[in-house]
Amino acid sequence: MVEQADHREIILSVAREQVLSRIRQAIPPTAASSVKAGHAAIPREYQRAGTLGESARLTLFEDRLRDYGAGVYRCAESAIAATVALAMKARGKSELIVPPAVPQAWLPAEARFLPSNALSYADLDQTQGVLTNCVGAVAISGTILLQHTADNGRRAITLIPDYHLCIVFADQVRETLAEGLEALPKSLSVPITTISGPSATSDIEMTRVKGVHGPRVLDVILAARNP
Amino acid sequence: MSIRVGKAAQAPPFPAVAKQLVHNSQIRHNVRHATDVIRNKRARVVDEMPDWQQLRDAGHRIKEHTLHHLDRYLLQFEESCTRAGGKVHWAADADEANRIVVGILQANGEHDVIKVKTMTSDEIQLNSALEAAGITPYETDLADLIVQLGEDQPSHIVVPALHRNRMEIRELFLRKMGLETLGEKAEDLAAAARAYLREKFLRVRAAISGANFLIAETGSVCVVESEGNGRMCLSLPQTLITVAGIEKVIPTFQDLEVFLQLLPRSATGERMNPYNSIWTGVTPGDGPQEFHVILIDNGRTSVLADEESRETLDCIRCGACLNVCPVYRQTGGHAYGSIYAGPIGAIVTPQLLGMEHSQSLPYASSLCGACYEVCPVKINIPEVLIHLRNKVVQNGDAPLEERIAMKIAALAMGNSSRLGAAHKLVRIGQRLFENDGQLTGLPGMMANWTATRDLSALPPESFREWWSKRTTGRSS
Repeated sequence: MVEQADHREIILSVAREQVLSRIRQAIPPTAASSVKAGHAAIPREYQRAGTLGESARLTLFEDRLRDYGAGVYRCAESAIAATVALAMKARGKSELIVPPAVPQAWLPAEARFLPSNALSYADLDQTQGVLTNCVGAVAISGTILLQHTADNGRRAITLIPDYHLCIVFADQVRETLAEGLEALPKSLSVPITTISGPSATSDIEMTRVKGVHGPRVLDVILAARNP
Repeated sequence: MSIRVGKAAQAPPFPAVAKQLVHNSQIRHNVRHATDVIRNKRARVVDEMPDWQQLRDAGHRIKEHTLHHLDRYLLQFEESCTRAGGKVHWAADADEANRIVVGILQANGEHDVIKVKTMTSDEIQLNSALEAAGITPYETDLADLIVQLGEDQPSHIVVPALHRNRMEIRELFLRKMGLETLGEKAEDLAAAARAYLREKFLRVRAAISGANFLIAETGSVCVVESEGNGRMCLSLPQTLITVAGIEKVIPTFQDLEVFLQLLPRSATGERMNPYNSIWTGVTPGDGPQEFHVILIDNGRTSVLADEESRETLDCIRCGACLNVCPVYRQTGGHAYGSIYAGPIGAIVTPQLLGMEHSQSLPYASSLCGACYEVCPVKINIPEVLIHLRNKVVQNGDAPLEERIAMKIAALAMGNSSRLGAAHKLVRIGQRLFENDGQLTGLPGMMANWTATRDLSALPPESFREWWSKRTTGRSS
């Protein structure tokens, strides 16, 4: 090991002084207050707030997801377990892994669900897939936001398995990216992954091809909260 | 200083390579096809955004503001990242950056390292430095893998293997991956890459990434990708090393809402690329527990010092300017002799390297302005190109014939009687070459023009001559 990660000190070096002094020669430094004011004065006239009603917003989200080749189910909160069973059956899955905070009520009795905690990378590679929730979503780009704590699980569990079934609640779907990022519930220092469709590549003749290293199949259950 | 941009300092001039490449019909066909596809996709997803111009304005202004206070934002990033458990290193040039990366890997006893697509590592020739130190780098981005397996050079900023078509890639995979059979569909090729790399993802303990954005406020790093190879490299290994140019810093997390809209729509014509990873230092129980960021200058501060071309550093590497460039679309990326091709490459490469290299690149453009129109952060590439052409001339680096011709032109155009005399001379001289009012087969430097284009002969009477006759006639 080079240094322990808890050794939190700035590494001073000749290069650091060199680079900083070359920057300051290029552009003379200004007062800290003018930096803040300058940033605040940047015009942001793009559309930060959405304008769609709930139903149109959800339709847009669903449409975007389907455009990426993701499967979409709509159901009521009380029907999540039944819909999970339906989605698994359609993909021929009998067993999924789940992060610790996924509620028991979402798990249909007829399928098996394993806690993801103790699994090694090699174990994860052998699983049939993963079931998680998310922390938010963005309709305009069909994007799901994960923040990797107990709810969404560590990053590897939604990456190594080939199938990801994700529960998104209707009230988690924001229209714009600005709204989606602003609504992230946890500290920004928790790792964030955004997912827009199954893994894909455009590297061969610029055509989006589904399925490379991340999950090749993504299904989304869009659930309306119980009144 | 050992400033490098891949092998650009040794590359032959643009016209020499371009001349050969335009005769390679396979490459031209591949480049034309791929850029057509991506241009159309981009146009479709940009047109559906009513606020695209406002987003461009914001992106431009954020970049401009950040560069203006670059020292502060870098220090803020260093502080936030360090507080979160990351190690921030600085490198003045390519060699320094490579030494730091090799040093970290050697200290950990690593012999293999997986890599997420990073232009910056190509710029500093990190792979050669790793190999020289006995460390094997594995490129994991599909296009980078194609380039690495084919011992090829990248030809596009976003899709480095764009000059290869499906069948060429299939043959390469069959040969290099030791496969007996392989389908012909793009899906089959992607599946082959998945199988080939999976073992490496699960086994190799160290990774190298680039950065799309460094967030000063939070100390976070953002990597934008499609395949999931990025997520594999960023979250599975024990050790992660991120190499990033100093211009990659942005002030706040909120600023991402601008760039994460501009970048995917401009780069691949998608509303959003499949995956974005944003992480901050180290997170106990999730991902690499040792994390290093190397902030690299390698010529960037010289660009910063030139007020007229500073905006070159605004670039977010989307590649949109390549796809619309009439020059790039004819030659492909290899003519530029640099890992940075196309219009943006023509301004980045000579500036990073210093103007004594790559002097032909500022001329590799018709100045049509298509690049400026599509640039998501509004870099005025044509204006910078003209500024750089001026620098080439000021440095006295223009060809001798051209310098003499320009001196004579300046002399002749300096006053009206000299210009009149010059016109008369040319009218006599042009008789040798005149054909139906067009000049053909001019000698010397002028042959470059007349070999492929028309050049009208001077008319028997100039405007000035006509005018002076006319006024004389009226007053008498």
